Amino acid sequence: MIVVEGLWKSYGDRSVLERLNLTIREGEFVTLVGASGCGKTTFLRILLGDERPTKGRLTLDGRPLRPEPGPDRGVVFQRYSVFPHLTVLQNAMLGLEFQSGGPLGRLRGRAWQEARARASALLAEVGLAHVADAWPSALSGGMQQRLALAQALVLEPRLLLLDEPFGALDPGIRIDMHQLISKLWHATGMTVVMVTHDLGEAFKLGTRVLTFDKVRHDRQAPERYGATITYDLRGRARPLLPA
Amino acid sequence: MRLLNRRPGQQFSLILAVLPFLLVGLVYLQASNARLEVNPNDKLLPSPSQMAEAMHRMAFEEDRRTGQYLLWADTAASLQRLAMGVGVAALIGLGVGITIGLVPIASATLGPFVAVVSMVPPLAVLPILFIAFGLGELAKVVLIALGITPFLIRDIAFRVGELPRELLVKAQTLGASTLQIALRVVLPQMLPRLLSGLRLALGPAWLFLIAAEAIASTEGLGYRIFLVRRFLAMDVILPYVAWITLLAFLMDTALAALSRRLYPWAYVR
Repeated sequence: MIVVEGLWKSYGDRSVLERLNLTIREGEFVTLVGASGCGKTTFLRILLGDERPTKGRLTLDGRPLRPEPGPDRGVVFQRYSVFPHLTVLQNAMLGLEFQSGGPLGRLRGRAWQEARARASALLAEVGLAHVADAWPSALSGGMQQRLALAQALVLEPRLLLLDEPFGALDPGIRIDMHQLISKLWHATGMTVVMVTHDLGEAFKLGTRVLTFDKVRHDRQAPERYGATITYDLRGRARPLLPA
Repeated sequence: MRLLNRRPGQQFSLILAVLPFLLVGLVYLQASNARLEVNPNDKLLPSPSQMAEAMHRMAFEEDRRTGQYLLWADTAASLQRLAMGVGVAALIGLGVGITIGLVPIASATLGPFVAVVSMVPPLAVLPILFIAFGLGELAKVVLIALGITPFLIRDIAFRVGELPRELLVKAQTLGASTLQIALRVVLPQMLPRLLSGLRLALGPAWLFLIAAEAIASTEGLGYRIFLVRRFLAMDVILPYVAWITLLAFLMDTALAALSRRLYPWAYVR
């Protein structure tokens, strides 16, 4: 369970987020929507640990969230989510190699073979088994995002953060990706927080849709007040656990 | 059609590429002929046959004093110095560059220092090197390394800074430590950049090599050129310059080919 209490974020005089309170239960699929620059991505990056809140408390299962990214939180960005110098399979294995490969981050022998088997299974699940030895740059945008998902899921994070992961994809590919992410969410039972521009996508995939907007305005200084959560709506996706 | 839209075909490109070389060659032959006609003993612009004769002597006849084939001995000595200097510079450039680019504390500590050191003209400290390391090989190798290391460090550090932040964050969400990120994410992505940095640094590296050899040496391509200058031996100097140019050109081509061979992912578009 993630609890956010009285969170503020500002850069100098510019407020981005203010008075943000939120509780996300285990296994929810939360989508964040709002106009460009409304702070939804900033909020996601705070959850990720890549940004720190100016004020407020953030706890994961009662403990303060570590202020840097870690293996408890997986992430998929819109771009640059996979490593160009590693093949598809190596990308999918990387998490396991970091986790148990010692200071150099390399596995050998049996451990390497086991890691490869796990990564291969995951690649098969996201439909990339046939391109395991290709470089990511040879893949289409949709396939790269599939790889990014597989890579993030190999460590089985309890929280998966998605920053407009399908924003750059063609509409047809997007629908395939929706099916994939729903399937993976059901299979793992992880909590998902996704930022998107696409309202249809937000309601289709999410059990819960949060809209970000400013409630206070200062005409002389439009950047004085930040955004907060204005609506907390039910999405069309069926929750994994009964409420 | 506008000039900027006219593209030469493959054959035409080749002809165009050969043209300037041909032109320079012709001008030289013309001038050489004219001078030799007036004075057959003129040494300033030797004819191709004179140069060939001189090179035959340098490459295939034992030197009477040392018993060596001078061209090959000079080439071996110079290439060894160059390889050591460039090798040391590459290692330091890669290590320090990645550290500065990746670790903010290291960049705060070393960044300004490297920026200032890179402004020291290496040739100005050459006397210091000769005093400190003697007139042997070490001073020459150090000069080359000193000359190009700051450039390589700054190049690599800058490239590390250009890596998308998303990649570094992603690696952290996969549980990577700083060392693991440096070794498995940053280092491999910097290797093709290092090779292209080395290609740019080869020019200065040759400059420092020849400068060091000119001042204090007993063999080497630069040493030979400056030695025979005393006899106005243009029939040796010109082919030597061409030979050095060829070596540098081959190294550049080899580095480019090596990079494509070793790091194909960096070239897929």
